[in-house]
Amino acid sequence: MEKILFLISAFLLVWGLRLQSDPPSASKGNKLASVGMLTAIFSAIIMPLEDSFSNLIWILIPLSFSAIAGYLIAKKIQMTSMPQMVSVFNGLGGLSAVLLSYAEINKWINFSDSYDNTVVIILILSLFIGSVAFTGSLLAFAKLDGYKWSEKLTLPLQHIINLIFLAGIVVISYYFLITSDIIYLHTIIAISLVYGVFFVAPIGGADMPVVISLLNSFTGITAALTGIIFGNIVMLLGGILVGAAGTILTILMCNAMNRSLLNVLVGGFSSSGSSQKRKEQGDIKEISDSDFAVQLFYSSKVIIIPGYGLAVAQAQKLCKEIQEILESNDVEVKYAIHPVAGRMPGHMNVLLAEADVDYSKLIELDQANEEFKTTDVAVIIGANDVVNPDAIDDSSSPLYGMPILKVWDSNTTVVLKRSMSAGYAGVQNPLFFKKNNNMYFGDAKDSLQRLSSELKNL
Amino acid sequence: MNEVLNFLIENEILIYLLLFTILLGFEVISKVPSVLHTPLMSGANAISGIVILGAIILIRTTDPSNVYTLILASLALLVGSINVFGGFFVTNRMLEMFNKKKKN
Repeated sequence: MEKILFLISAFLLVWGLRLQSDPPSASKGNKLASVGMLTAIFSAIIMPLEDSFSNLIWILIPLSFSAIAGYLIAKKIQMTSMPQMVSVFNGLGGLSAVLLSYAEINKWINFSDSYDNTVVIILILSLFIGSVAFTGSLLAFAKLDGYKWSEKLTLPLQHIINLIFLAGIVVISYYFLITSDIIYLHTIIAISLVYGVFFVAPIGGADMPVVISLLNSFTGITAALTGIIFGNIVMLLGGILVGAAGTILTILMCNAMNRSLLNVLVGGFSSSGSSQKRKEQGDIKEISDSDFAVQLFYSSKVIIIPGYGLAVAQAQKLCKEIQEILESNDVEVKYAIHPVAGRMPGHMNVLLAEADVDYSKLIELDQANEEFKTTDVAVIIGANDVVNPDAIDDSSSPLYGMPILKVWDSNTTVVLKRSMSAGYAGVQNPLFFKKNNNMYFGDAKDSLQRLSSELKNL
Repeated sequence: MNEVLNFLIENEILIYLLLFTILLGFEVISKVPSVLHTPLMSGANAISGIVILGAIILIRTTDPSNVYTLILASLALLVGSINVFGGFFVTNRMLEMFNKKKKN
């Protein structure tokens, strides 16, 4: 019986995830996967086991508590906080794997006459990866939530220290295997937890899409490892699927920035070369509220390029409002989405969906670059590096080679920005000094508010 | 080394399965459009909570007098299932948002 149930749940998980990679069926896919998960949980509770005890109360209390807590969190959370929430949840998954592996090792040591070294090695591996995912995710959360102390915690000799940590874990694991002394196990956990912090510390906020995807695949791998230990195929399967999803997203994000994973992990642009100061920068032009409004109002096609600034200011609804005003005046409005805009893969899509923007209006990189040629005004809201022309024509720039949105092909560009400060990559953006570019300074929300009221007066 | 080899031989089927699921995983998710990156990630994240099956099995095979293990495993179950339930609910909320738009 429970074997059939596990089979069904494995099928549902795979099929559900398959459907989730196609927009029209995605919602159904998620429901199928969650039914698969519930089936698996149910089967684990009823399956016959050797030497089992009736500890049902220990299962049902945490399970029902979490179901309620999970539901409430999911209902209350703001869409703008989605990256933070995903990283916290991911951290919890890591912590769960750590606790489980620890409990399992403890049981092997104390209550079993003979234990298999291979099993213990796999459990230690799961402990290690789980711990890194746990503290790494929490630090990623702190960075995403804008805690200043977390932004760039570069520690001296970081890479050497990390190597020493890794070597230390291997040596201590060896001692643990021969002595079974629990103190060694505690040391391994402690080092792994610290390692997780060191692992994420040098990575900057704008590289978070890569980090979250990577940590996500880590928790998947721990799930698969524990699946091997418990001889449970559904666990193995689920874990691998997550590991694969995380890995694919990691690769996609790295490609979108034209950087290697190693380059991201080592700590971003600082190490990737000299960001030389440009001499001939020229002047920037500021545009007034009314000029900006008039310009948009009499355009036939406007493309909006949203970035992290839009998310921080929570200005997505205002964005939609402006879109509607313009559309009622027969202006065609589209959104060009760069794959790494924002702080997690697909961040901008979720924000705009929350503001009820029809997703057929969102266009991806290649299509956008075609359409800029026929665009009157490209409005860049809180994005910077993804529209930096240096990526194409300055081979000394750290951004060189990154696929970007060629906004300057439009008739005019307007950049909404808080100040003239450089983007995450620490390089100035020559776009700002181009002849057909205008700057519109201020927090995205205030700026759009001003623009919106100006438009209504026309 | 022998032990590792023995483990591999004993769990032959499991190892084959491991290899095939890795291939399957990449195949299933390889072509995902960027609209779905966030929901896919949070949905996959919820699935990684599948570790709680291990916690359930561990609780069920632990002698009730071994309270220490029971507490550890229950905690694992607690945090893991917040990930599971929260993840599925929030993914659902996001995807409904996408769907709503399509009908308009």
